[in-house]
Amino acid sequence: METTIESIVQWIIILFLVFGTFFILSASIGILRFPDVYTRLHASTKAATLGISSTLIGAFLFLYIEHGIISGKLILGIIFIMLTAPISAHMLGRAAHHIGIKPWAKDDNSRDAFAEAKEKNNQK
Amino acid sequence: MSLQITLNLIIAFMWMFLTESYQFPSFLTGFIIGAFLLFLLRRFIPSRFYLYRVWKFVSLILLFIKELIKSNVSIVKLVYQPKRTYNPGIFALPIDLKTNWEIAILTSLISLTPGTLSVAISDDNSLVYIHAMDLQDDKKEIESIKDSFEKAIMEVTR
Repeated sequence: METTIESIVQWIIILFLVFGTFFILSASIGILRFPDVYTRLHASTKAATLGISSTLIGAFLFLYIEHGIISGKLILGIIFIMLTAPISAHMLGRAAHHIGIKPWAKDDNSRDAFAEAKEKNNQK
Repeated sequence: MSLQITLNLIIAFMWMFLTESYQFPSFLTGFIIGAFLLFLLRRFIPSRFYLYRVWKFVSLILLFIKELIKSNVSIVKLVYQPKRTYNPGIFALPIDLKTNWEIAILTSLISLTPGTLSVAISDDNSLVYIHAMDLQDDKKEIESIKDSFEKAIMEVTR
């Protein structure tokens, strides 16, 4: 009886770790494949956040089940990843826009409300 | 809000002294009894029952986790697509939130949800410029963000 529960928990841990590494791998492939800064930021923030969180959850479960340790550091790690990743993506995107990188578009006329607003401000 | 929390803590400590056991479980029972009393007397206490706000905060976090998983699935789909069928662009989202930390939460949520990434905020805090992975219809995107996140944040903060 106990062995089946143990193996179920182990499978849950394995699933968390595999999903986490899969998302991190897809994030890095996305960084290579996407056309410009903004789309690459999409890949690196979203997929990496969930990937890192689920690997940390897997590690937390493993430590708790196998060794009986409740590791607060891993939970704090998840919280701070979720707090800092979107903010750093925002700053990177803003900086990229300020040095004049145009967003990539399929048909070469990119819609860019931010650039239009900046132009209007300059004309005033 | 702060009045209700102090009342709840006072009831919890009173429970500890009445039962004469100074441990965490008795504090917790006192806290739960206090919350229940406050819930019964909510008509006579100024402002809304504060655990309602806590509940809304929890549901905001659940919404956030759901959207995060959805966004990951969509971005993974785009990563393994052989051709670039999406059409990115930047659009402006008008917001009704006022204070700085409300806007900070909103932009973080936008960045971690499907297909959108906040790029900049206008100087008068009235517009958020958002880079969308696949921008078809500005109005649809604006409505979906306003309906889900802005409402949820407003319910927590007001």
